[in-house]
Amino acid sequence: MYIYDDYDQALVDQRVAQFADQTNRFLAGELTGEEFRPLRLQNGLYIQRHAPMLRVAIPYGHLRADQVRKLAAIARTYDRSYAHFTTRQNIQYNWPKLEDVPAILAELATVQMHAIQTSGNCIRNTTTDQFAGVAFDEIVDPRPWCEIIRQWSTFHPEFAHLPRKFKIAVSGSVGDRAATLVHDIGLHAVRNAAGEVGFKVLVGGGLGRTPIIGSVIRDFLEPHHLLTYLDAILRVYNRYGRRDNKYKARIKILVKAMTPESFAAKVEAEWAFLKDGPATLTQAEIDRVSQFFTAPAYETLPGDDAGFVQLQAENKAFARFVERNVFKHKQPGYVAVTLSLKKTGVAPGDATADQLDAVADLADQYAYGELRVSHEQNLILADVKQSDVAALWESAKALGLATPNIGLLTDIIACPGGDFCDLANAKSIPIAEGVQKLFDNLDDLFDLGELDLNISGCMNSCGHHHVGNIGILGVDKNGSEWYQISLGGRQGYEASLGKVIGPSFAQDDVPGVIRQVIDVFVEQREGDERFIDVFDRVGIEPFKARVYQKERAHG
Amino acid sequence: MVKTPHVIKLDRQTGEIEVTANHWLRLAEASDDPVPAHSLLPLAEWLERKDELIGRDDVGIWFKPDDEPETLGADAANVAIIAVEFPAFTDGRGFSIGRLLRERYGFAGELRAVGDVFKDTLLYLRRCGFDAFEVRADKDVHEAAKGLHDFSDAYQTSAEQPLPLFRRRSA
Ligand code: HEM
Ligand code: SF4
Repeated sequence: MYIYDDYDQALVDQRVAQFADQTNRFLAGELTGEEFRPLRLQNGLYIQRHAPMLRVAIPYGHLRADQVRKLAAIARTYDRSYAHFTTRQNIQYNWPKLEDVPAILAELATVQMHAIQTSGNCIRNTTTDQFAGVAFDEIVDPRPWCEIIRQWSTFHPEFAHLPRKFKIAVSGSVGDRAATLVHDIGLHAVRNAAGEVGFKVLVGGGLGRTPIIGSVIRDFLEPHHLLTYLDAILRVYNRYGRRDNKYKARIKILVKAMTPESFAAKVEAEWAFLKDGPATLTQAEIDRVSQFFTAPAYETLPGDDAGFVQLQAENKAFARFVERNVFKHKQPGYVAVTLSLKKTGVAPGDATADQLDAVADLADQYAYGELRVSHEQNLILADVKQSDVAALWESAKALGLATPNIGLLTDIIACPGGDFCDLANAKSIPIAEGVQKLFDNLDDLFDLGELDLNISGCMNSCGHHHVGNIGILGVDKNGSEWYQISLGGRQGYEASLGKVIGPSFAQDDVPGVIRQVIDVFVEQREGDERFIDVFDRVGIEPFKARVYQKERAHG
Repeated sequence: MVKTPHVIKLDRQTGEIEVTANHWLRLAEASDDPVPAHSLLPLAEWLERKDELIGRDDVGIWFKPDDEPETLGADAANVAIIAVEFPAFTDGRGFSIGRLLRERYGFAGELRAVGDVFKDTLLYLRRCGFDAFEVRADKDVHEAAKGLHDFSDAYQTSAEQPLPLFRRRSA
């Protein structure tokens, strides 16, 4: 993991002082609420329905055990002993006091953490594959590139006040586990004909009220040009992105209005001035950052561990856990293990302070003291010996973190929704729970196979509902909470947006409708087809026909 | 009479700061008469009367956020002062204008931020090449000046420090 040097630490410490000063000036009336708002947002501080919310950055989803313990301690001291992991690999506190935020930031700084640019109209936390560095299908480890982007984007003087928020995601693998097609910039590691690694550059993806899949503007960017090219994209956006209407201010709207081709041409023209300038990356810098992301001291193991294989044959519950929560590793004898934050009855992505402390201990014991957060809101121990998985599983079960549902219907992505969020049309968490309860039987759940169900409480789409195989969106109808359902969305390199099946439903009807959708899937299914395969084959009509067969929907 | 804003002037060589009264007046449009001393003209106006104005060190240009430095081009090198307007401190277009004028078009005169200018953007402005800051009249100008020192260093290349940290760090 990246370790701060004096320069990095000074910037974070000075940010704490700066934010304390801003907070004090606000409390003293020297900054108006309107002035303080963008300033606090740039430090992850929202004012929500009940209380402030503080979003802390987890750069590219990586954490050390000592950092996790600090997060737990903050949850106990300043919040209600829990925290929420988000779809952007960050963590949120829902109940801090405004006056306490500078103290929280000071505590975070002691473990090389911060809340810089976790919100507001600036370049946000760069996200990546939760299996970075260990994935079997990796072309290049994306983490050094994420860290290089983190440094470049932190307090970038020119791009501190963009038209709108700006999100970059990097994928280093053959498969895309970072939702790069729905980010403002998506970077895909690729090899050119000569076998050199570079980046394919996509821009203008995004969800929200105008969901759009990103467009390729460059097929191959040599890595040392990464920052000058990003500067060029951001400069075009900063100058020409719309500022008159916040709903049309994202880069996707600019790219669409200009067409991706002319946007690309404009970027290339700007880049011509910047290319080979001082911001061109040096090999020394690439090497300096990369050395923080070397593999841990793995034991040399012959291959699959016999005990691990045997226990799967003997113990069905363990086999299920392995099938869903264990991911293939580059290193023989090792695996990556996902701890599920999607237990029925717990808000998706929530973890208690005690769970955090316990997970930190597991990371120390089994995974070289490190862990990751996925954009599906789960926690990952990336370097676990196969021979340790059984013991890890037992501990995780005791903590309620071993639900074997990764990638299945109950591994729901959900935003905080109406329980916390001021912008919500409807609640998300009780809907997630309703669906989880309905499919609580593991045999049934496993039979259904891979299926993403995503829930957002409003069209801002924090819960990625557009790219869920089943998407649920909270809508407002005459002041009451309704839900619109879409089918056929997916993430990855083949990302596509779901289609709305028809008029929306009242909260109580949602689980029943999901049941009907699943029934149609099961009836239509051939062999082991996934939900999305069936949807692609039969289309939306059979689902529509079933769900609206009797007049349950209104309007 | 409204309170007139004060200006923080930064010596880009020495880093020294001076707070002075403002002597420059922004003219929405110039009449046909000779342009009075200490005027800042909208970019379009200035371009129209370029032959008459270029080289005059008592007349400057007033950039709006959607004005394009490209239209001024290399003439920037022969202008004494350019004011860039920030209608709201959250409108970051002026940052790009500043860098382009300094880094691409050779502008060496006074680069002044005007409009919604106060403590919290001063350092970003400085790093984008600004060396004069017309602080909003209702804000304490001396308090604002402290904002120029919020951070002791930065990662990126900028108008102020062409070498990104990684080129200095590895040195
Ligand atoms: C509770 C306070 C929150 C507020 C007020 C909020 C607000 C918003 C808004 C306004 C948008 C739409 C922006 C646009 O399209 O231009 C958005 C998008 C998004 N937010 Fe949130 N959000 C909140 C919490 C969260 C949480 C908890 C997560 C993760 C679980 C999250 C992740 C996202 C994502 C992934 C997007 C959409 C992707 C995109 O940027 O296009 N947000 N949020
Ligand atoms: S999707 Fe809407 S309700 Fe959910 S967190 Fe985002 S803004 Fe709030």
